[in-house]
Amino acid sequence: MKEIVVLSGKGGTGKTSIVACFASLARSKVLADCDVDAADLHLLLSPNAREDKEFWSGRVAFIDEEKCTECGLCQELCRFAAISDFKVDHVSCEGCGFCYQVCPVDAITMKDSMSGHSFISKTKYGYLCHARLGIAQENSGKLVALVRQNAKLIAERENLDYIITDGPPGIGCPVISSLSGANLALLVTEPTLSGIHDLERVIGVCRHFGVPVSVCVNKCDLNEDNTSAIESYCGKEAIEVAAKISFDNVMTEAIVQGLPVVEYSDGKVTHQIRELWQAVSAKLGK
Amino acid sequence: MIISVASGKGGTGKTLVATSLAISLRPNHRVQLLDCDVEEPNANILLRLAITHSQPVYVPIPSVDEAKCTYCGKCAEICAYNAIGVIKKKVLIFPELCHGCGACSYLCPESAITEEGKEVGVFETGDSENLGLIQGRLNVGEAMAPPVIREVKKHIDCGSVVIIDIPPGTSCPVIEAVKGSDFCLLVTEPTPFGLNDLSLAVEVVRELDIPSGVIVNRVGLGTDEVEQYCHREEIPIMLRIPLDRDIATHYSGGIALVEGMPRWRQEFLRLFQDIRGVTAVKRLAK
Repeated sequence: MKEIVVLSGKGGTGKTSIVACFASLARSKVLADCDVDAADLHLLLSPNAREDKEFWSGRVAFIDEEKCTECGLCQELCRFAAISDFKVDHVSCEGCGFCYQVCPVDAITMKDSMSGHSFISKTKYGYLCHARLGIAQENSGKLVALVRQNAKLIAERENLDYIITDGPPGIGCPVISSLSGANLALLVTEPTLSGIHDLERVIGVCRHFGVPVSVCVNKCDLNEDNTSAIESYCGKEAIEVAAKISFDNVMTEAIVQGLPVVEYSDGKVTHQIRELWQAVSAKLGK
Repeated sequence: MIISVASGKGGTGKTLVATSLAISLRPNHRVQLLDCDVEEPNANILLRLAITHSQPVYVPIPSVDEAKCTYCGKCAEICAYNAIGVIKKKVLIFPELCHGCGACSYLCPESAITEEGKEVGVFETGDSENLGLIQGRLNVGEAMAPPVIREVKKHIDCGSVVIIDIPPGTSCPVIEAVKGSDFCLLVTEPTPFGLNDLSLAVEVVRELDIPSGVIVNRVGLGTDEVEQYCHREEIPIMLRIPLDRDIATHYSGGIALVEGMPRWRQEFLRLFQDIRGVTAVKRLAK
């Protein structure tokens, strides 16, 4: 069983569209959507029969107004500016419990926080593990870890070849949580200066955590000079460019139809993505 | 006035909008652009300001003086993040889990814990022709963006028009960056992904009680679902940017929209006047 995580650094490069295509092309797999605060993969996979569990993680402080003597110690010590006018701002509260520990009149309690939901859905492509982080909630890294854990259990139980993970943008804790222990990170980039800048940083994160990397240049003919620059950079860094995909509205048309593009069209982009999957699955060794 | 530019979905054009607004306003206003997408800061690729000041951002991490420590375990008991553990005669600290709340240091009965700064990122500034840039950059391998975002926001100049480039998503880095804004522009695209993530971003700004308006980018592809949603939810669509390969090509080469196509300056000036109108009404209503 091998896990591939699709990341990008920069948002909007085409990760989810490509993962949906892999869902169609790979025979034996489970899908995981680790972009838990803006999950879109389910929009292309037509899931049904969803198992839904509450995700409880972290705590939030509450001040009992009747007990509070307004001494102000909690406000003074809170490092997250979460207490003002002797009330806790639950959006800013990081649940550290410092205020609870120091309150001289025990006016503060810490309550468990329901931070979101995790889901396991069935789709025509197989199981999809996904989640939704609650609005303004923390612990996205933990929810990502739960999604991956669910996917791993399914892969083991069903004896599946692949876990294919749609990763979040950025390089912070949800990305790190989606990356650790993966067999391959496929980095989907675009030939823009922003895309190149962000690619270099996410490559750094993958290397930091010891995950091998392949690159796919999406929208490659948007700027041929930049695409060449990406290829040169990857060559110098001994990173494989697994495929280049043309800039084509067919990607968006497929999203509008709620389909992976390899099922929507049989044109150039579909052929390029099929080649991408060939390259990636060969690299994974299955 | 503090204007945030957010989206939910990555790659919709937040940085394109934030930089275009900043450049359009600078002839007549003192402008500050805060790049709070500290995981992948891109605004300066389009602004090209020389960085004249750079300093590290530190998170306070506990350091235990084992000569004073009695291994009572109170620090481990207090820590909400399992960042400090006491096993027999050894204290283990996990800096990557520490939120820097200060509780362990304050509450250690032997005063055996001090705090040392751990570098997690940098903040950088540049300034030219009425436009100041403050950008934060999370170090590759670090998980937590909010401390770097908080540092960036400490440098808000209330005398300027402040424009904040917000990260993608809806979780804690976004909240940290958006909170306190007078207005939030939500940049989306007219596709099912754009709509899905816009609806999540709208929940965030409503939770934070920040007035908002939508900018629809790449009009011409996709559907009118976003328009219908905004109409139903009574959220104003304040600007529409068409699907235009030339806009994408300029962006790919690091050219801001209003520099590659100066006729757009008028649109962004009008946008600013509209935002001023909405925020004035809100102030009166209060």
